Amino acid sequence: MPLQLNQLPLRQPAWVDRIDWDALSLAEGQRLREFGLCEGASVEALHRAGFLSGGALACRVGRMTIAMRRSHACAIMVRTEDRAIDEPAVPDSGGQSAAA
Amino acid sequence: MTVSPLIALVGNPNAGKSALFNALTGARQKLGNYPGVTVERKSGRLMLNDGRPVELVDLPGTYSLTPTSPDEQVTRDVVLGKQAGERLPDALVIVIDASNLENHLRFVLELLDLGLPTVVALNMVDLATRDGLELDAGVLSTKLGVPVIPTVAVRKRGLDHLIQAIEPLIGDGAVPLREKQPERDFAARQVRARELARAAIVSETPSRRLTQAVDSVALHPVAGPLLLLALLFLMFQAVYAWSEAPIAMIEGWAAALGDFATSQTPPGLLRSFLVDGVINGVGSVVVFLPQILILFFFILMLEATGYMTRAAFLMDGLMARVGLSGRAFIPLLSSFACAVPGIMATRSISDPKDRLTTILIAPMMTCSARLPVYAVIIGAFIPARDVGGGVGLQGLVLFSLYLGGIVGAMVVALVLRRTVAKGTSSGFLMEMPKYQWPQPQDILLGLWQRAVIFLKRAGTIIFASTVILWLLLSFPKPPAGSDISPVSYSAAGRIAGVLNVVMEPIGFNRDISLALIPAMAAREVAVSALATTYSIDAGDDEAALDRSLGERLSHAWSLPTALAFLAWFVFAPQCISTIAVTRRETNGWRWPAFMVAYLFALAYVAAGVTYWTAVAAGL
Repeated sequence: MPLQLNQLPLRQPAWVDRIDWDALSLAEGQRLREFGLCEGASVEALHRAGFLSGGALACRVGRMTIAMRRSHACAIMVRTEDRAIDEPAVPDSGGQSAAA
Repeated sequence: MTVSPLIALVGNPNAGKSALFNALTGARQKLGNYPGVTVERKSGRLMLNDGRPVELVDLPGTYSLTPTSPDEQVTRDVVLGKQAGERLPDALVIVIDASNLENHLRFVLELLDLGLPTVVALNMVDLATRDGLELDAGVLSTKLGVPVIPTVAVRKRGLDHLIQAIEPLIGDGAVPLREKQPERDFAARQVRARELARAAIVSETPSRRLTQAVDSVALHPVAGPLLLLALLFLMFQAVYAWSEAPIAMIEGWAAALGDFATSQTPPGLLRSFLVDGVINGVGSVVVFLPQILILFFFILMLEATGYMTRAAFLMDGLMARVGLSGRAFIPLLSSFACAVPGIMATRSISDPKDRLTTILIAPMMTCSARLPVYAVIIGAFIPARDVGGGVGLQGLVLFSLYLGGIVGAMVVALVLRRTVAKGTSSGFLMEMPKYQWPQPQDILLGLWQRAVIFLKRAGTIIFASTVILWLLLSFPKPPAGSDISPVSYSAAGRIAGVLNVVMEPIGFNRDISLALIPAMAAREVAVSALATTYSIDAGDDEAALDRSLGERLSHAWSLPTALAFLAWFVFAPQCISTIAVTRRETNGWRWPAFMVAYLFALAYVAAGVTYWTAVAAGL
């Protein structure tokens, strides 16, 4: 059952199931893709910012750590079920593709 | 004379590109700007083993050739040969992070499609090993069709091989341009990059994750913000505590130089020019070099360790409340050292309204040029007593001046984001680099460059304004036997008299009005201007001449006046460099004019309210 990255418990490895690109601006979508966040990418929520912050989230994507806002995390649906590592991931190239 | 070949260093942010640039060029670097934009152009000279010199240019880090900010635009334009003031590079050195292959290889593929002669530096292989990754550079080289050289820039490892690989790429045309590839789209590159990364990784074992361990404290919801506050506190404490001895030393040199000049010159104009104008004026500013370097030391350290993006993460929520993003925290923190690099650092903010707001509020961060002003006034008027708990009154006043600037900036940001810089709330997306222990030579090089910039400023802008002020203060001379003070009679005194009509209501006297005019060049000139004024005013009065500037001020000014003067400098945009960089950054006079106007208005009101309140309170 997919859930929002925002709701993913910390330190639980997951995979990106689907990204609601329409909920993100063009530039934000591009940057997320450049960070390697695309359907099939492995992701893990690491830290949530404290009282000064409005719920910014630090997560691991592949071998990178990236910081994003709650609104971005809400647009990313993830799955936690086990999956064969070698299952091919199909990056999304439709919609607002950065290479367009 | 032929022009040396140009090689561009290009790569993702956090690939260790600048460390590699420093390692390859050493101190032979040139800082400049691309025409029309404030993006810094960093270039250096590299000698090849066969004695040929090449020019190496360090391009801003970017994730792809689809730019989202002005600095990324420069990188794209340079590698496409479209950047004004820059020729098409003869070759590229693409720097990639060995432990983040998949992501960085996607950009490599995009750059290879351009067809320029290329060598890839597989950098930070030591950190990859630390993270349990074993890589085969040979496989990568075969598959990419270009040399791939493992390097550890910070330890100068692999540099010889890299230089050897560069040699055949340039020069006599022995290596033809690679064929320009048909452009693959983003998704195709992503798939190919993943395949390449898998092929190059020999083994991958779980390992200790230093970065995660540090982050569990640095990004902890409670401990994280406390650590950040502690670091900022340490930084501002150190600016004072560590600078005492070097400042005393420079003061000693200036005094000795003044005495020497006095002994070597006959009394009269020349002596007045050298001692009152040059040595007193410029010396009173140069004395703050240690504090400025300490501040920059901390900022360079925070950046080099990778902590700065963590600070941005922690501050994002707070910044979001005034319509900015955590990203704005980095230029604003740099602005505590100097607004000019601070404003230049806003080029990494992609949202134009977000960026404009950050530029407009950056001058309110208490820059190091205000320290001379604050230090002199606080030293002269605020008693050095303990207000309890080991907190000194002087430190408390200084802290409140910093706080006044920050609060002012936040309020202004809030207003701007709802009026002239209206727009949707900008997002916050940032890569957090791995923690690294900074290399002393990189930090020293950064400090050296800042020191040179500061001393050049002291030698040019500050020297020139001090000399002009000395001239205006020294002429015309009052007639012999007149009891009018020389300053009142001088041209500067008369100009100040006119300005003083406006400034008197907020408690300023003629000497302050006078100091404010040359201080338009730079805030710290106010101190040298006051020093020169009181030095000339004292004439041959030995007792008066022996007094320090602080002692003279405490005799001449009331406490409300001094407090109003401090409040004025929290806001007043008295820095020609900041105004110039704002003009360049915003492409016109409209925004710098707006900035100067609103900051002067705020300064006037703040000084006025401070003065009237202090007078009413009977201070």
